[in-house]
Amino acid sequence: MTASMINSANITDATSTPAPIIEIADLCYTKEGQDILHDINLTVYAGDFVSIIGPNGGGKTTLLKLILGLIKPSKGQILINQKSPDHHFATVGYVPQHVNHNISFPATALDVVLMGAYSPENRFQFRLPPEKKQAALAILDKLGVGDVAERKIVALSGGQRQRVLIARAMVSSPQLLVLDEPTASIDTKGQSEFYELLKELNKELTIVMVSHDLLIVSNYAKSIVCLNKKMHYHQSFKSSGDLLKAFYSCSVEEICPVAVVTQSHLARPTSGAKNA
Amino acid sequence: MLDALQFEFMRNALFAGLLASIICGVIGTLIVVNRLVFLSGGIAHSAYGGIGLASFLGWPYMLGATLFAFASAMLMAAISIKAKERSDTLIGVMWSVGMAMGIILLDLTPGYNVDLMSYLFGSILSVPRSELLFMTFLGVGILLLTSYYYRDLLAMSYDAEFAQVRGVPVRGLYFLLIGMVAVTVVIVVQIVGLILVIALLTVPPYISEKYTRSLLQMMLVSSLLGMLFITGGLWCSYTYDLTSGATIILISGCGFMLSLLLDKLLSLKRKIQWRRAHAL
Repeated sequence: MTASMINSANITDATSTPAPIIEIADLCYTKEGQDILHDINLTVYAGDFVSIIGPNGGGKTTLLKLILGLIKPSKGQILINQKSPDHHFATVGYVPQHVNHNISFPATALDVVLMGAYSPENRFQFRLPPEKKQAALAILDKLGVGDVAERKIVALSGGQRQRVLIARAMVSSPQLLVLDEPTASIDTKGQSEFYELLKELNKELTIVMVSHDLLIVSNYAKSIVCLNKKMHYHQSFKSSGDLLKAFYSCSVEEICPVAVVTQSHLARPTSGAKNA
Repeated sequence: MLDALQFEFMRNALFAGLLASIICGVIGTLIVVNRLVFLSGGIAHSAYGGIGLASFLGWPYMLGATLFAFASAMLMAAISIKAKERSDTLIGVMWSVGMAMGIILLDLTPGYNVDLMSYLFGSILSVPRSELLFMTFLGVGILLLTSYYYRDLLAMSYDAEFAQVRGVPVRGLYFLLIGMVAVTVVIVVQIVGLILVIALLTVPPYISEKYTRSLLQMMLVSSLLGMLFITGGLWCSYTYDLTSGATIILISGCGFMLSLLLDKLLSLKRKIQWRRAHAL
């Protein structure tokens, strides 16, 4: 873990002042009179690996959906690269939670990846431009599933399908990758391979991920966000002890102790929370 | 079959059947992969209200049915896009209320009434030339829209949420799809009737889904299967003097059974190969 910390510090040195990629200010989201998210302020800078943790019903998926522009905030604003979320189609790649939905759909792995290369200019074209196909194949190769590109998705294993969905998110060369509990349907070995892959990808892009797995969070994430209606932001934490404290403070009804936040300032900040 | 083609009604029936198979192949595929079978049934039944309304107001049959089906389809789309899990109940309500409205309106219409049986079982043998023209027009419209929005429909059908993130106009597209389903249902009801419309929309796509590798292939194979079923059904009904709509569906049912048998044989073959390979 310390190795990855040093790494991340080096990256920030190299890029000197990272640009904010997500800016959330005074954001509230209510559904049928119930507060789901309350007063969220968060800035995520380029190069970060943010893990969102919190109890069920804490608003993790809702926050992801707001970042993706699938739903609109009830109050406050959210900016992706200084623009409103519905204008960032190319900037954000999305990997959903369910790998096995619509499994008998008649499409090959390559077809699914090409869905990520969607653009309205390709209407009325049954054959996509070859450079798009090549890009898709290159990404499948990079993710280690190039050999199954022509197979139907029903004939893939869970782990392969997961990689295909990442390839689908990556094919539009996004700056930000958003993942919702990405390893819910993969076995343990597949999971650690998957997170090594994410670590590789993190060298080039920013990652925001919902995860329940504390071990994963402590090994791979650079900062954590605790969500339980309200938000607590922990910049690069120092030890697993910090992480546990942070996690338990989020699991209970009470708000996060400020002590945890200040401790985390020992590390070089790669990103920061506004008014935290 | 060839000597049957000397009659104009048979030529019209065959043309209407082939046209319907192409439309069913394309829209049926989208219905199956988007899991809209129940909603399509709802549209088909509530469209009967349109028949009642058309005969009550003295409008042409196709116009009344199309408009009414389209309106109820838009309402169902609006309901189902908001609350996907609860939409089946509301569709069930519209299903029966539309049907009841049609019956009451037909009761209230003085004089000669549209035969309920011909709506239930279809009247492919009495499709007039004017309606054939209208059907062609609607069919070409559906094909053009589907080809134009093919990539959008593909992305939405596989994963609507991801498609929306990538900028596919998912909401508008969903309404467009349901609208096309409504128009298709009205066309197909002419051919095989209300009771059997779902079979023609779902059996060919169900069979082809297993053997095809893309949505386009699935649409093509479904269309070909539909043509086979409809032509075969027409021939049988002509030769043995049977109700055409029901015969068409029985032939599709046989096709469905054959595909299940084929699946079994294929898995058996694989099992035998495995046993041979392991020298058992």
